[in-house]
This record gives sequence, structure tokens and C-alpha cells, in this order.
Amino acid sequence: MSRALTKAAIASIGGLSLLLLGGCEFGAKQKTQTGYRGTGLEQIVDVRHVVKASAIPAPPYPLPPDGGPTAGESYQNLKVLGGVSKERFDHLMAEMSQWVAPPEQGCNYCHNPENMASDEKYTKVVARRMLQMTRNINSRWSSHVKETGVTCYTCHRGNAVPVNKWAFAQGTPHPGSILGNKHGQNTPEANVGYASLPSDPFADYLNGQQQIRVAGNSPFPSKDHVVSVKDAEKTYGLMMHISSALGVNCTYCHNTQSFRAWNLSRAQRATAYYGIRMVRDINEDYISSLQPVFPAYRKGPHGDPYKVNCTTCHQGQSKPLGGVSMIAQAPALKGPPLATAAPEGGPAAATAVPAAFNKPAEMTAKK
Amino acid sequence: MALLSFERKYRVRGGTLIGGDLFDFWVGPFYVGFFGVITAITASLGTALIFYAASLGHTWNPWLISIAPPDLKYGLGLAPLREGGLWQIITICAIGAFTSWALRQVEICRKLGMGYHVPFAYGFAIFAYVSLVVIRPWLLGAWGFGFPYGIFSHLDWVSNTGYQYLHFHYNPAHMIAVSFFFVTGGALAFHGALVLSSVNPAPGEAVKSPEYEDAFFRDTIGYSVGTLGIHRLGLFLALSAGFWSAICIIISGPLWTRGWPEWWTWWLNLPIWSK
Repeated sequence: MSRALTKAAIASIGGLSLLLLGGCEFGAKQKTQTGYRGTGLEQIVDVRHVVKASAIPAPPYPLPPDGGPTAGESYQNLKVLGGVSKERFDHLMAEMSQWVAPPEQGCNYCHNPENMASDEKYTKVVARRMLQMTRNINSRWSSHVKETGVTCYTCHRGNAVPVNKWAFAQGTPHPGSILGNKHGQNTPEANVGYASLPSDPFADYLNGQQQIRVAGNSPFPSKDHVVSVKDAEKTYGLMMHISSALGVNCTYCHNTQSFRAWNLSRAQRATAYYGIRMVRDINEDYISSLQPVFPAYRKGPHGDPYKVNCTTCHQGQSKPLGGVSMIAQAPALKGPPLATAAPEGGPAAATAVPAAFNKPAEMTAKK
Repeated sequence: MALLSFERKYRVRGGTLIGGDLFDFWVGPFYVGFFGVITAITASLGTALIFYAASLGHTWNPWLISIAPPDLKYGLGLAPLREGGLWQIITICAIGAFTSWALRQVEICRKLGMGYHVPFAYGFAIFAYVSLVVIRPWLLGAWGFGFPYGIFSHLDWVSNTGYQYLHFHYNPAHMIAVSFFFVTGGALAFHGALVLSSVNPAPGEAVKSPEYEDAFFRDTIGYSVGTLGIHRLGLFLALSAGFWSAICIIISGPLWTRGWPEWWTWWLNLPIWSK
């Protein structure tokens, strides 16, 4: 090889290497061990990419003491918060205005200033349903939100519509043709961490009740447990979403020796299990029911309202808002105590799910 | 093991790297040398420590025995023996044994006046091991990032470490390494098949010369890399496979912490696309 050619080769290989390294993270890393030593159960995060804790807004004014006349006695057309004291109701309204309504509109975003009791604005009807939803989350879904609870701010963060949301995907441009039909995959979608996996795991798993379980209870094929590769990829897509939403890797919940075995998984996986069911509950019972209420410009391409997924609240953090609880400043959102939501299969399954931690077969057996 | 009659004349003293003629002798068919002694000591000590560490564990099932590295909290310091310290000493012994073995190969090459291709090739295997238990842990700041010494446990480590990056098949260096592994296997199969086809002609036919081998590939794909060239190519392919394997794990963590699919967004973000 001539000397010039050698030089050119070295220069191009060196240049290419530098180019590739340009996409890398050279900064300090934050490392957390989450399992027994040597198992490879670790979280490694580039410090610069750790999601910064968002500022928690100060309350509009100090929370007034409870007591005095109720909101139901003081105002008209209260369907959810009638039992809350007037003072606290007013405080919550001020908070909602701060957390959700565009600042230039304030109360008038939902209310007709001439008649605050009127339901003429769709936003007021939505807000009422969202209050029911928030109370439902804080009381029935403590399996997911624990004592931290959620407020409007957990999702809204000062926006009238939460930034992270989803609606049914657009679909192929030429139905009935193979042209441009990617079968919902092979598109670098942030939803699934930019992998070629099916990029809309939400419709099936976070709205529908499709089983998120692909591993059988035996290493051998079984007639009782037939799950397609496509299902496995879709499940993988959902897991990519959860990882991205929480800013964690697969080993935050799973020991990949067996993704399925609960006794190898961390407790965080159970929290996620209930979280998925909570999201289904939110999407089906609270958001989809608002479909006739939302105007067209608030809906997706198929006319369905925008729904929630893990990112809606988590926004890159394993605990939304860095685990800061705002519920003490909005006690009315706790709602009346309700029975904790039962896992799939009704109340009887409530004891079965924790038990299944030690018997993975119960979680994946074909129903 | 009998010595072939002509072999004795190649067994010459000298050519050692250090120590003059210390241990410069053969035991039966095996050259000993200074580095042979070091290899024997470190390999024996390491193996004995593996058995000792295994005896402290809770199983003698050979599949399940595992000697784990320290917890991350020990960083790049020493850990108590039962909490990863044995793993650290075994690692030192292993690196000592592997490196001495390579240097013993160098000494044999020098005695025979050969090139250093064999120790060079073996050096890539050592590099791959050192990448896993020294370079990457050092870059990440804790010996605990090394892999455990156990048959199943090291596979679990590989799986979990891969899933730390959500989908390891998107690791560009892993892609290159896997491709080289496939091509290495393919090239070896083609080479073996070609040689066998020449020396195993139909009954009554003469054994064919390399010119036939060249002609076969020229007729098939228009080019033959040649009898020497195929071995250069084979060495390059095989070493590249090992090299890029080492690179793919070194960059996972020290140079990239998110899912590997996301790394490819540099392509989507190139300024040449209109956004």
C-alpha cells in the first residue's frame, strides 16, 4: 500500500471513529446497584441526562383550616366537592387555576364569570370528571401512588392539556395496500425508545385489556400457552415506553434471568403492575367517557380524546415530581376512602396477586 | 508423548524475554520458561481460590457455583475476601496467567525465529477479558461492574447488563462484532470445504493443487484471495470479532447510558434532514 493511501486510510478511520464518539456521553455517571453483587442489576445514568426535579409551585395562599360551611351549602351545581368546606374548596379552585388554566384566562378558562355554576364550558365538565378521577386515583390506586398521591399538577404542570399524551395512531396512509404500510412498526418512535418495535403499544395495553405476558411457564412449547412473536414485540414496545417514561432500564424492575418470575423481580415491578391497571382505569372510565364532551380540536386523528400513559405523570423520573407529595396542600383531592382497586379477576384476586409473586405460573397461565 | 525425531533440532536455548536462561528448558514436550512458571503459579493459585470461594458458597452444583465481584460501594478499592475480595484476587491471578501464557508464546516464537502472530491473536482474547473485568469497571469506577465467575451467573450478568441498554442489538459495536463472528464462521467453513474438496477428489483423480482452488473461486465470484491471503483474512476476521466485542461492552456505560436504540437518533438529528 502506498504511503498516501495508508495516510488516507488512517485519517478516514480516525475521522469516522471521532464522528461516532461524537454521539457519546463522556460525563460523570450516577450508578446505583439494585440487586445482589455481580448480577448486573444496576442503573447507570449520565448525570447531565438526569431529569431535573421540576420546581413545585408554591400554594396560591396558605391552606385554610377545615370547617365552616361546606361548599355545597355555599355554591350551586356542585357534584363532586359539595362536602368540602367552602374555604378549602376556594383554595382548591385557586390551585386548579394555577396548575391547569392558562394564566391569561384563570377562572374563566372553565367558568362563565357571569354564572360560575353554569356547565356551559366543556372545560368545566372535563375538570369535574378529572376531579373524580384524581380522587379515584388517590383512594383506589394507593397500590400505585402510595401515600404520595397525585394532584392536577402531577400531569398538567401548568398546562391546560398535559404535554405527554396519546391518541389512537394515524394508521397506514393507503389502507388495503402494502405501499407505505409499516404495520405500525419500523419507525423510530420515541414511544418505544426509537427501536423498530411496534410503536403504538398504548391502544392494546393502556386502553384495552390485552395480556402483557409472553413467557410460558415451561421452557418447552405448550398448547396452553401460545403467544406470537408479534405479541412479544408489542409487549417489548410497551416496556420500552415504561423504561423511557421512568428514566430507568429494564433491570429497575426485572431480573432478566426471567422477566416473568415475580420472585426474581424487584418490588417496583408490582408498583408498575398496578400502575398499568390504573392507567387503563383512567383511560377507560374517565377519559374515554368524555369523548362527546371534548371539542374536535382536543381529540386525536380518530376522534378519540387524548389519553394518558406512564410519561404523562412520570416525565423521565421513576417517581413523578421526584417523589414530592403535593397532596397535603390539596386535601380535598384525597377523596372519600374507597376500597383499593382489585387486581384483574375481582376481589378474590387481591390476595392472589401478592401470592403469585412466589408462583409465577399463576400470573402467566392462559385464562 | 513421543518427540518426533526431527523436532529436537528446533529446541534451542536463548531468545528469552527476561531472566537469561532461568527455566529455559523443556519438560517432556512442553517448553517451560520463566513465563511458564509464572503461568503455572498464577493458574494454580487462581484455581485453588476458585475452589475455596466455591466452598464458601451454598452449592457445589457446577452450573450454579458463582464467585461474585464486590458491591459497587467498594468502588475501585479492595473488598473483604468473602464479599468480592476473592473475586479480585482470582481476577489478578487470571490476568497474570493469561498474560504469562502469551509471553511464553512469544518466547517460543523467538526461539523458532517465527513471527508473533499467535501471541498477537491470543492477546485479543486477553484484551476481551480485561475489557470486562478491568477496563469497563475502571471507567465506571467500581470493580463491582465485572462479571461473576460462574457458568449460569455470568450468563445472567450478560443478560442483565445488556438490558441495562434496553435493546443491546442496537449497539453499533455489537452489530459489527456479531457480523464479524458470522463472517469468521462462514470464511472458515468455505476455507475448510475448499481444502477438503481439493485433497479429496473423486476416485481415480489426482489430488488437486492450489491453482484449482484459486480457479474455483475465480469461476464462482471472480476473485480468489489465495492460499496465504485466506489465512490473513481469517486472522483479521476472527480478531475483529473479538476486538469489537470488547469495544461494544466498553462503550456500554462509560460512553452511553441510555437505550442503544436511542443512540441512533444522531442519524435522525443530522442537520441535512429538513425538520
